[in-house]
Amino acid sequence: MIATTPYKPYASTRNACKLCTPLGACVAFKGVKGCVPLIHGSQGCATYIRRYMISHYREPVDIASSSFSEEAAVFGGNKLFNTGITNIRKTYQPECIAITSTCLSETIGEDVPKLIKEYQAVHGDENLPAFVYASTPSYKGTHLDGFHEAVLALVKAFAKEGKTNNSVNLFPGFVSPEDLRYLKDVLEDFELEYQLVPDYSESLDNPNWEEYTRMPEGGTPVEKIAETGIARASIEFGHVFNKGNLSAKASQKSKVQTAGEYLEEHFDVQNYQQGLPMGIKACDTFFAYLEKLSGKTTPRHHVKERGRLIDSYVDGHKIVFGKRAVVYGEEDLVIATVAFLEEIGIQSVMVVSGANSGLLEKKIKQILDKEPDDLLIIPDGDFETMREKAAAVKPDLFIGSSKAYYITRALGIPLIRTGFPIHDRFGAQRVMHLGYKGTQQLFDRIVNALMEYKQEKSPVGYKYL
Amino acid sequence: MESSYLSGRKGQIVTKGKEGASIECSKQSLAGSVSQRACVFCGSRVVLYPVTDALHIIHGPIGCASYTWDIRGALSSGREIYRNSYSTDLREKHVIFGGETQLYNALTELIAELKPKAAFVYSTCIVGLIGDDVEAICKKVQIENGIPVLPVQSEGFQGSKKDGYKIACDALGKLIGTRNDKEVSPISLNILGDFNLAGELWMLKDYYEKMGIQINATITGDGRVDDICNAHKAALNVVQCSGSMMHLAKDMKEKYGIPFMKVSYFGIEDMSDALYEVANFFKDDILFDRARKLVSEELGKLLPALSFYREKLQGKKAAIYVGGAFKAISLVKALRLIGMQTVVVGSQTGNADDYQLLTELCDEGTIIVDDSNPNELSHFVKQTGADLFIGGVKERPIAHKMGIGFCDHNHERKEALAGYEGMLNFAKEVYASATSPVWQFTRKTTIATPEMNKATTRG
Repeated sequence: MIATTPYKPYASTRNACKLCTPLGACVAFKGVKGCVPLIHGSQGCATYIRRYMISHYREPVDIASSSFSEEAAVFGGNKLFNTGITNIRKTYQPECIAITSTCLSETIGEDVPKLIKEYQAVHGDENLPAFVYASTPSYKGTHLDGFHEAVLALVKAFAKEGKTNNSVNLFPGFVSPEDLRYLKDVLEDFELEYQLVPDYSESLDNPNWEEYTRMPEGGTPVEKIAETGIARASIEFGHVFNKGNLSAKASQKSKVQTAGEYLEEHFDVQNYQQGLPMGIKACDTFFAYLEKLSGKTTPRHHVKERGRLIDSYVDGHKIVFGKRAVVYGEEDLVIATVAFLEEIGIQSVMVVSGANSGLLEKKIKQILDKEPDDLLIIPDGDFETMREKAAAVKPDLFIGSSKAYYITRALGIPLIRTGFPIHDRFGAQRVMHLGYKGTQQLFDRIVNALMEYKQEKSPVGYKYL
Repeated sequence: MESSYLSGRKGQIVTKGKEGASIECSKQSLAGSVSQRACVFCGSRVVLYPVTDALHIIHGPIGCASYTWDIRGALSSGREIYRNSYSTDLREKHVIFGGETQLYNALTELIAELKPKAAFVYSTCIVGLIGDDVEAICKKVQIENGIPVLPVQSEGFQGSKKDGYKIACDALGKLIGTRNDKEVSPISLNILGDFNLAGELWMLKDYYEKMGIQINATITGDGRVDDICNAHKAALNVVQCSGSMMHLAKDMKEKYGIPFMKVSYFGIEDMSDALYEVANFFKDDILFDRARKLVSEELGKLLPALSFYREKLQGKKAAIYVGGAFKAISLVKALRLIGMQTVVVGSQTGNADDYQLLTELCDEGTIIVDDSNPNELSHFVKQTGADLFIGGVKERPIAHKMGIGFCDHNHERKEALAGYEGMLNFAKEVYASATSPVWQFTRKTTIATPEMNKATTRG
């Protein structure tokens, strides 16, 4: 039986299982070629978000701030905004400047689209970069709402009308640079022309540089994002996206849409949604769709990868069977993880997300083959609530970001690090989640963690397991 | 190359021996410059963070609390309430209708649950704008619960990180002098401005205690509310990280007549001075003898161990960019001790006096910079050919992408770098990073050898 906690039991949030909206928007904007994000707010927002991202990606992450002063908070930040844009242009010569709002600029009612227009009017005869703006007040939703808002803002700003071409849009959601590289390989193996939005596979995971580069390479060019409007179809990964009813922008009376939905409505680009492709079933769905779009059968090495994954499921089935997992983090990652765990016989016993879409239970029910024996779902949850409930659900392992480490350390059980942030392990950029290949890596990590746990706890100390 | 600096930034960059004018500092960060600084809230948060048995609750939307959850290497010998992140997690409805009830409820439930000795309530950007009377709520909760509940009005836009330090000092000032229930010796001191990163404070405490001095309050490393409340009873304040704590030291001098001295615990010279000057202050020969004995014992162990590193690092060049300028001064000296020359030095929050000292200390040609950014820092490294960068997490990828070593000297580090033991750790870390074999693959000159070029041309 599934039980969902009906409301947040504490007034305070104690060790939050979420980050603020501008962070998600900045991650997405880093996936645009030649793009510098500008956070319209206090200097700290940009610096904190940079530090948080740098600790995960271990890359330079330059994000500018309009560095609000007291005067700006009272009389408006237009002067600082203009100075900020001009200084970014001088320093970075960007192809695109992507602006996010903050709780501060939203609360004082800054009209950023107007600020952009004014700047463009004054500097009209200069060679200006493209501008895009995502409204990301941090009191609405989580970093994932910010991420999807930014992706939507990109297609709204740049998608163009025209004759439909043969390409496909892929909106992958908030996944790792390695996942993005994998997805590109898959699309290329199917010989599909594509627009991947965002694509920070390089910009947040650069190879070593010969020369220090202010603007990291990689990212989807603005002209390519324009083509999302003339693609023949979109694929987007997720169930919840930014459309949870509780994080919806009621005050703006605008419809909450995903990028794919927007393109379908306004540009007639057929939209296909599915959860993050984790596990055989979800990957099969993804590959079936690619077969349909490309008219090609799945290339041999992906078929083999799938075969090896099933083979390993078989080899490892007894090690994982019946184990009890706590899964936490962003709603879409959590839902996909729960589905994957079901197909290998691991029971999800507690699911926690800092987000509060109101959709978590419904989507989990939809995706699972059968109703689990007992599953506690905690939306709008935090790590302290998770810790308090953890012992009672008798978990064998946790799956999610680094931040539950203090809980698993106390319980003495393994933590499989997925998603964001991974601040206490090396190679977060290269952690894979998606596709047969990513599932394989995740499955191997889970099996090995359980084997290691058993080995360490064994009084015998077998070296042959 | 200098034309690539933003025009609004030129006064904050000087090269010793070149420009006559002194450096500009203590300015608001330039919009769009990608400053490495954070905000007022950050300044307050870092100063108060290590008060271990207090509740720290951040009033605002979730980000500010998330990004400051258990990120510092500040250790506790007692309770660990401070390692959690508590937030009122304001939502849209609070922005519209106000967040006072939310704050009241959050404080009340957390105080009941955690039984902290005091509560610090940090205001973030929007709190003033939505009209919350945080002071009134704090007063009410204080009366109801019988513990100090202190508003820390650290809205991010109200100045710079340095202003946040001052606001934090004012909050601490409100605790100081509120209790008189501790036996404090006339030979006693408070340690101000050490944050007990990787247990550094415990090493210092051990040194002073060996000299026969009682440590009264540690502010704020391994900090205890009761000790802070009794801090006015110490005979002396020793102040490290003067950028953040001078305000409190001056305040305590004015209110309680406690003299203070600026010290640093990084490097042999400064560490030893910190002990001798304290002995001098108490005008006690026994203390002085003990200090001398301690220093000579420690140096007896340390100097032979350091000579290996000095030999290996001789002539290498370092760039320093840290939060406080006083630390930068110590680092320049510590680097000299291991044979290294500082070619770039800068800080986020240094003041005119700090920069004057730095300028006097550094060699001709050293670049001195205030409130820098990745673009400038990468230029400086290239221009000077530095072999090593000393900074924090945000500077690390700059160093690594430029193919030079890096030493983390920020508040997130988990290695003790203060004291004599810390000096050795520092030398080890610098050595490990500056002489690693991995740089052979990153330096441009090693990529294409002339032989290979020849072969290519022939082919």
